[in-house]
Amino acid sequence: MATQLSAADIRPRHKRVLPGLSLSLGTSLLFISLILLLPMTGLIMQSVDMGWERYWQVISDERVVASYKVTLWAALIASLFNGVFGLLLAWVLVRYDFFGRRVLDALVDLPFALPTAVAGITLATLYAQNGWYGDLLASIGIKIAYTPWGIVLAMAFTSIPFVVRTVQPVLEELSPEEEEAGMTLGASDWSVFRRVIFPALWPALMTGIALSFTRSLGEFGAVIFIAGNMPYVSEITSLMIFVSLQEFDFPAASAIASVVLMASLILLFAINIWQARYLRRLHGRN
Amino acid sequence: MSILIEHISKTFGQFQALSPLSLDIQEGEMIGLLGPSGSGKTTLLRIIAGLEGADTGRIQFGDRDVTNLHVRDRRVGFVFQNYALFRHMTVADNVAFGLDVLPRKERPSPSEIKKRVMHLLDMVQLAHLANRFPSQLSGGQKQRIALARALATQPEVLLLDEPFGALDAKVRKELRRWLRGLHDELGFTSVFVTHDQEEALELSDRVVVMSNGHIEQVDQPGALYASPNSRFVFDFLGNANVFEGKIENGQWRNEQAHIVLPKGAAQQNGQLYVRSHEFTVSETATDQANLPLKVVAINPIGAEVRLELSPVGWHSKDIWEMDLPHKVFDKKPVEKGQTVFVTPKAGYFFAQDAKQAEPLHW
Repeated sequence: MATQLSAADIRPRHKRVLPGLSLSLGTSLLFISLILLLPMTGLIMQSVDMGWERYWQVISDERVVASYKVTLWAALIASLFNGVFGLLLAWVLVRYDFFGRRVLDALVDLPFALPTAVAGITLATLYAQNGWYGDLLASIGIKIAYTPWGIVLAMAFTSIPFVVRTVQPVLEELSPEEEEAGMTLGASDWSVFRRVIFPALWPALMTGIALSFTRSLGEFGAVIFIAGNMPYVSEITSLMIFVSLQEFDFPAASAIASVVLMASLILLFAINIWQARYLRRLHGRN
Repeated sequence: MSILIEHISKTFGQFQALSPLSLDIQEGEMIGLLGPSGSGKTTLLRIIAGLEGADTGRIQFGDRDVTNLHVRDRRVGFVFQNYALFRHMTVADNVAFGLDVLPRKERPSPSEIKKRVMHLLDMVQLAHLANRFPSQLSGGQKQRIALARALATQPEVLLLDEPFGALDAKVRKELRRWLRGLHDELGFTSVFVTHDQEEALELSDRVVVMSNGHIEQVDQPGALYASPNSRFVFDFLGNANVFEGKIENGQWRNEQAHIVLPKGAAQQNGQLYVRSHEFTVSETATDQANLPLKVVAINPIGAEVRLELSPVGWHSKDIWEMDLPHKVFDKKPVEKGQTVFVTPKAGYFFAQDAKQAEPLHW
């Protein structure tokens, strides 16, 4: 017994490169509190102050509810579009080697780097009836700028990197042998994609789409310039918050914001839980 | 099904992976493609499977010309080096894959597929793991599942790429025997790739030794070992020691060391290849040879004791290895650091620039 104890004493204590758990966790928690939890608490405090009845009245106001609908639909369409297009883009970037691949790879991050207002103004100019694209589209009877489709466009533009950047690494890791195995077993190209490749990408793609969706829910800068902002038709929820702020009605702004916040949080948690379960299967801890 | 390979060649950019080569594989044969990495053995296997297209030549399965047939239509079973199991599918779904993707007309009913899968899993003795996922299996289990999956569509040709490469020695041996049994029972034609000479010699009906995109020799294991027809095969199969000798008064001489030529041997400069068990050891030089060597290491390996020896007073590119039966070693033990004299009993002589070896006996 005594010898065992002394052996344990001699054993080196520090095996990690980074200093102990307490310090690193403490620092992380402090910063999370400062930049995430504190503002969120402020938001909730503001809304609590106003009382339940008034809170409900603000968030269920007809114009606000219409904005929820517009925002949800637009975000949904935008993120689904990004799911398809982002997957395609990631596929092209990973699987093919072509001239300008690196440039294209860098361009994918542009929506993150660009101030969203700049993106919004640019899109609005391009798609306005006298803009380059708008002119063309108008000739076949399609109007994008200042309609809900403009919202979709702006949302898709600002959130496409989420899908590409979550799918890309998974695609890179996918071993070509699994595809070849599928082919040697007689599967058609479509079968290989549907049964072998897609299930491997699915969790990453879902995460990408969900991130894209939540980002779209909160998008403001890019959208308001192209949306037209007609009440009940093309007003997004972030704009409703902004309007309340301009009227110095801070509690109302916080109340609407809290709805957006809740929706985003619930979605993110749901995706995380679902993904953890799916990945557990893949990595073998049943 | 027999496999006919005619003048198949392949280049990757500037690199000639396969020089035109031909090979005739009989129905029901088990062929081992043996060679060091980069010898083209995996490329050849992938060309047979259809995963890679050949630049020239023709491949025939039985009477069927499959040269331009897509991999999915060749109907071969292929086992990948890293198994390539589908991670998101259960073991049973993995095995069923080949049946599930059959065109509707040929596809068996779901209950029939289930029955076939269970039968295959029984065959590989892993029926109890049907609902597990690949990540929950050990390497040996994954290998067997990969085999069951490849056999599900009842291919007549089974191709295996380094099938036992990633397994530990014991499991490898067990699986080797099991695969041989399965092959004999089901009667498919198998081609497997390996860099392990022991595996190739133990498992195959014929071994194809490859180097630099060429076939060096095709022979049955016994014949291959008895009469290697090139330096490469000699080097690659069965640890040979090389004595570089220059003719001098009926002796091959290398600085201080010499070996007396056996009767009838051609008086030429060249290399003498001697296998590690074809020696005797003594404390002094003999009439036949003066080859002083210092004992560097003594390793008991299985039935034999392996001595590693470094030349004293002469030169050799590699360290020499000698295998002594325990009985011989125990009678006259040597110690590390001691200098011993060895005398070859049999060997193969490659004259300078000669392709063929001359077998020698003293």
